[in-house]
Amino acid sequence: MDLELTEDQKLFRNTTAKFLDNELPIEKVRALNKAGGGFPAEFWAQGAELGWAALLVPEELGGGSISGNGFQDLAIVAEEFGRLVSPGPLLPVNTVIAGLVEGAASGPDHSAEIEALMSGESVATWAVYEPKEQWKPLNPTATARKDGDNYIISGVKDRVEIGSEADYFLVTAKTENGVANFIVPSNLGNVVIEPVVALDFVRHFATVRFNEVSVPASAMVGTQETAAEIVERMFQVVVALQCAEMNGAINRVFEFTVQWAFDRYSFGRPLASYQALKHRFSDMRTWIECCNATADEAVKAVNNRSENSARLVSVAKAYIGTKSVQIIQDCIQMHGGLGVTWEHDCHLYLRRATTDRQFFGTPADHKRRIADLIGL
Amino acid sequence: MFAIKMLVTNIAVTSEFGEFMSDQLESVEDFRIRARAWLSGNMPKLDPAKEYNTNQVADREWVEHRELQKKLFAGGFAGICFPKEYGGQGLTPAHQTAFTEESTPYEMPLRLNVPSLSICSGMLLDMGSEEQKQKYLRGAISGELILCQFLSEPSGGSDLAGLLTRAQRDGDTYVINGQKCWSTFAYAADFATCLVRTDWDAPKHRGLSMIIVPVHDDATHLQRVRMSDGSDEFCEEFFTDLVVPAGNLVGTENDGWTVGQRQLFYERQAVGGGSPYVSGRPATRGGSEVTVADVARAVGKDKDPATRELVGWQTALDTVMHQVVKRITVGMTSGEYPAMSSSMMRLCHAEIPQNRMDIMLDIAGDQAVTSEEHGDGYLRNIGIQYLMRQGASLGGGSSEMSRNMVSERVLMMPREMAADRDVPFREVRRGR
Repeated sequence: MDLELTEDQKLFRNTTAKFLDNELPIEKVRALNKAGGGFPAEFWAQGAELGWAALLVPEELGGGSISGNGFQDLAIVAEEFGRLVSPGPLLPVNTVIAGLVEGAASGPDHSAEIEALMSGESVATWAVYEPKEQWKPLNPTATARKDGDNYIISGVKDRVEIGSEADYFLVTAKTENGVANFIVPSNLGNVVIEPVVALDFVRHFATVRFNEVSVPASAMVGTQETAAEIVERMFQVVVALQCAEMNGAINRVFEFTVQWAFDRYSFGRPLASYQALKHRFSDMRTWIECCNATADEAVKAVNNRSENSARLVSVAKAYIGTKSVQIIQDCIQMHGGLGVTWEHDCHLYLRRATTDRQFFGTPADHKRRIADLIGL
Repeated sequence: MFAIKMLVTNIAVTSEFGEFMSDQLESVEDFRIRARAWLSGNMPKLDPAKEYNTNQVADREWVEHRELQKKLFAGGFAGICFPKEYGGQGLTPAHQTAFTEESTPYEMPLRLNVPSLSICSGMLLDMGSEEQKQKYLRGAISGELILCQFLSEPSGGSDLAGLLTRAQRDGDTYVINGQKCWSTFAYAADFATCLVRTDWDAPKHRGLSMIIVPVHDDATHLQRVRMSDGSDEFCEEFFTDLVVPAGNLVGTENDGWTVGQRQLFYERQAVGGGSPYVSGRPATRGGSEVTVADVARAVGKDKDPATRELVGWQTALDTVMHQVVKRITVGMTSGEYPAMSSSMMRLCHAEIPQNRMDIMLDIAGDQAVTSEEHGDGYLRNIGIQYLMRQGASLGGGSSEMSRNMVSERVLMMPREMAADRDVPFREVRRGR
């Protein structure tokens, strides 16, 4: 969490936290998981009313932020989502919105889709990964073949978050002129959706097959020329949000683990009095400070579209992706056997952090990306 | 937090003297422009043919940097964050940052930064008498004198309060006997802030006093301490009936621990990278500024994926280190974070450079341990630096002590058991 939030942002954060505490406390997250549900529709509708899908939309397209820095405001929400392992398509919807907004200046009009997403009436997700492939958005196997005034989309996209619930897919596919992005309604015939099993407690994923799906040329997001920029923007947006979310998770896990160390007595004194454990807590507290610092800078850079945003985002993901799971695992260790039970909340946080760690580049992927970005 | 309050108080005190109302401080941008012009007309530019900031040129630099500090003082750019009444400029850390940025193409009196200006002067500002501030603080800022610390002893560094050097009051003098060690740059200094024991019957923390002593004196034998990498910036001193005026006592007799703690705060701040009294920064040339990417290129491994991953990781860590120093400084300045939060910076300043040394070693391979006799030695320095890898976890207080600090003063966990708490010092057990 940024130490220099404005008063409005602090209020927004408190309101968001209160809302999540009331509407989706951890017990409810567990209940959702038990019932097999992804996210309750009313929950997302209420979130939309709070602005969760409007923060990245400029005012001229009907959106609005809290502080004037919409991405920073959104990162506040993402961090709160990490704190309570919240369900809901906060990341996928905002990733697609970022893409639609990016393409608005150069490509066909998608104000209707933006409107529908902002209101919470519809949800969308980025369909970009492909089976058995690592991250290569600029060289997809899925194709979009021009056919008169239409494009015919063929291919398989997997690891699609909210694949089963999405109203729209933002599909990154290859045309004969290079990569392009399309906004595709999910209810078209020939779109076949198959849920997959996922580690996260309440986030659902699916494989989506596009069997010669015809969309009008106006379904393109932006243009061929701006397609790569749009991909890069969406990538930076989702990765920075992951970083904020992982921080919410580790801040909360560390908080209750420190409390545990004070409350839990062994051999006549609290765990917190044992130096070996104190030293591990000190290291974790220091790494958490680093995680918070680096996510803040990445979020600021994405918000400001800074020249070094790509590098700061990869620095944050490489660092937080590495440290977040390490911290949660050591917090689990601090809890003893209790830490590896279903009943204890640690694994809910570990599932969320691990999922964020693995998607849109693992730490190793981002380390290599940094080497590329510094011109090695 | 206490130190920042003191800093603000000192700016307010300056305004009471009517010299400069705080709401009429020169803007940072105006200051920057003025500094840029003055630097260009007054300070020598860095010379690509000259060597800087290495062990080999230390002795030369001590002489040169005194002169550079005098130049800064004459030009009105010394002690930017120190109060005007002691020779400083009464400005803010933002002004100092701007000056440091503008100064990078020029030679700067960097050797005076730590400990003289950032640690000893900081402590004197908060704890010294008016007379002491006018003599020693003004002296340091003006470049007339250099200060250093006499704290650690062979019997204890981490357990600083357990020190054994004694000072006996004799009329209007103190007579000092004992030893100090790890005195950074003492050989080049004029005066030292020396922590001594003045009461052996009180429990350890309550019998200490801080006294300003001359470094070079007939009663003092000083020798340099050679480290495993061949460097010798540290000194040890042996005092046999060293006599100093009683007026050199800083604060109250037997309350020296309070003074020492303030000095340690400034030390943590200086070592951690957040001191507002440090001016200028080392040039990009010089062994310590070599990056892991440079090493990868130098040995032709820059296209190797495993090496690229290591380079990317260290680049990330180096970036995170700057980011966290910035964040913790904001937290401490606002008061949201406790003063001991600087210990978190200290831990990063150990872990991250150590990781860099490990990665450089991995990448450089055999070239880190052998090279041609008269070759550049650029890569061989990696091996030599590696010998002092642990220095990063030891200098300025060990990482172990920092971990105690973070757990106890930031996380408020129970303190370690102490076998010497509240025991008259005379009765405390000591090893051989």
